Amino acid sequence: MGDPLYVHGVTLAAFVIMLVKVVVAFAALMLAVMIVIWFERKVISDMQSRIGPNRAGPWGMMQTLADGIKLFFKEDLIPGQANRKVFKLAPYLVIVPAFVAFSIIPIGGIVTVAGHSFELQVADPPIGILLLLAMSSMAVYGVMLAGWGSGSKYPLLGSVRASAQMISYEAVLGITVTSVVLVTGSLSTRAMVASQAASVLDWNVFRLGVVPFLLFFVAITAELNRPPFDLVEAEQELVAGYVTEYSSIRFALFFLAEFMNAITMSAVMVTLFFGGPDGPRFHAVIWLWPILWFVGKTLVFLFIYVWLRAALPRLRYDQLMELGWKVLIPIALGWLLVVGAVVVDRWWGLVVAAGLIGAMALLGRAMAVGRGEAEGEAAALASVDSTGGGDGGPRAGTAGTATVGVAWREGDA
Amino acid sequence: MPGIHGPLMAATYPDAIMFVVSAVLVLAGAIGVIASRNPVHSALSLVMTLFGVALIFLAQQADFIAAVQVIVYAGAIVVLFLFVVMFLGVDRLENLVVEPLRFQRVLALGLVALSVVGMLLLGVGAHWAIGAHSVTAPALNQPGGDVAALGKSVFTAYLLPFEATAALLIIAIIGAVVLTRRQPAAGEEGDAVEDTQGAGGGGAPAQERSNQADADGVDPDGAAGGQGSPREAPSRSSRGAPGETDSRAAEDGEPGTVRRAGEEVLR
Repeated sequence: MGDPLYVHGVTLAAFVIMLVKVVVAFAALMLAVMIVIWFERKVISDMQSRIGPNRAGPWGMMQTLADGIKLFFKEDLIPGQANRKVFKLAPYLVIVPAFVAFSIIPIGGIVTVAGHSFELQVADPPIGILLLLAMSSMAVYGVMLAGWGSGSKYPLLGSVRASAQMISYEAVLGITVTSVVLVTGSLSTRAMVASQAASVLDWNVFRLGVVPFLLFFVAITAELNRPPFDLVEAEQELVAGYVTEYSSIRFALFFLAEFMNAITMSAVMVTLFFGGPDGPRFHAVIWLWPILWFVGKTLVFLFIYVWLRAALPRLRYDQLMELGWKVLIPIALGWLLVVGAVVVDRWWGLVVAAGLIGAMALLGRAMAVGRGEAEGEAAALASVDSTGGGDGGPRAGTAGTATVGVAWREGDA
Repeated sequence: MPGIHGPLMAATYPDAIMFVVSAVLVLAGAIGVIASRNPVHSALSLVMTLFGVALIFLAQQADFIAAVQVIVYAGAIVVLFLFVVMFLGVDRLENLVVEPLRFQRVLALGLVALSVVGMLLLGVGAHWAIGAHSVTAPALNQPGGDVAALGKSVFTAYLLPFEATAALLIIAIIGAVVLTRRQPAAGEEGDAVEDTQGAGGGGAPAQERSNQADADGVDPDGAAGGQGSPREAPSRSSRGAPGETDSRAAEDGEPGTVRRAGEEVLR
């Protein structure tokens, strides 16, 4: 339990190694963002039969760097209507959680350098995965305050959408993470990876049934505001959402945070459901293989995000909310109950699953009956309107009850 | 262990540093909450206070509670505060000189003095120490960690209060929904129509409605009100009172949007 680096307490060597880990992780994440932005632009241009960036560097690889330099040297504008303090604070509230969330990801196994062995992971706190949830709920503040602090309409609307969306999908995120925690018996990400290490069939994606992974994937895509859930920056409706008024380096920070989050969340998915750095190791340079496996798996998910962006149209806002609250959360809760029961005993799992299916059938039936009644009422109201009110009331009542009666008879049969 | 060992403070140096940092965060945040003129700044200061409290939980090795403190209080509750403040249009500067409740400042000062005196007495008399580790065995060292310890105590020793709190929250939610629906009782329809029309004519609800409609991406007067209303009030059709069409027309727009605003807040 915990990083072997700290078995002798926080010594000077441990402190230095920790510092190096932080700096290396930060640099690697920055580099990864640069490459991922290029990767996204290149892949999506291929999918759309375009050439994409091809001027700066070989295959346009330096394009992101050029864009970054351009952004850093642009004029930094603050709108006159803006709340200056909040406007300046918001980008940092987005980027700091994006980086902190990455710190719990186990990138490789345990390595030993000059007699000090340590985990390839910035931090391994006992609360582990809860840190991710805490940080994603902190990121909501950045988005919300960016929109409000800009002091104009479109950013505000964008940030309302973003924060409502993020809060809604955080529930799904939390519930699916809980099912992983249930089978692991620990919150630590390192323990999660260790519990999946035995064989490929022990990966949580198979062990939990594929459903929690799918829910988690959808929830995370919404949490990241990636297409098809990118209503936050729906260009046709909101200009650029909450970043409309931002320019120069502050805009660059938002942009960075967005891609950092995409990388972090892909890595979290790999950690929770695909065994993290787990994979076959070969004899040469044995510490390198876990890192390669981890990076490879993460790249697959980054590619899927780009693919989704190229393939899917954007959802409407009410569709987004209905998907979250009426579909994903009930399924996630039900699945969590079954997983919990199976962890206690296999037969309990069957009993709970059967009970859930029965309850769902009952609920569906009740909703169908209720809907039939509502439609009967609507039809009755329409007839009231056409006859001009007054004596239409009693008739409408009988129409409603008649529909209900029919529905119940069907239910009995 | 080297550290500070006094009558009021007993802690090793790392613990003492952690305590001082979190105490400064908590106090600065708390002062910010009451001293800011802008409600949004107040809410942000509250987040700072909650973070400081989470740090204190960490120092007491209650890691899980610290995480939950950040996720639930800072991540959900203050976000709801901000929602209300930003989108119901109360984010204007406040005049701090005006005192809405008389004598509240005097009363607050008195209570602060009382609690400081109480804490000093506890520190000296009952040997409560600031910054010390928790008195019972650290929950982290038990099997399953502090999560298991907390889970056991919540579902065994404190089951009744726990469930009572859950029931209380559900009642509060249902109460809020009922209060925001404003359904007219039978026989008072005329008054209710007056109410809703009067509210619609005013400035604030109209603004609220347009915000709400934009946020939901639904036309307030068309789809939302039209489809929501018949389903929400199933008993209405059996009433055949004259003037019913009028009341329905008024309700189709207004209570629908008010209810939606309530849902938004609850979320």
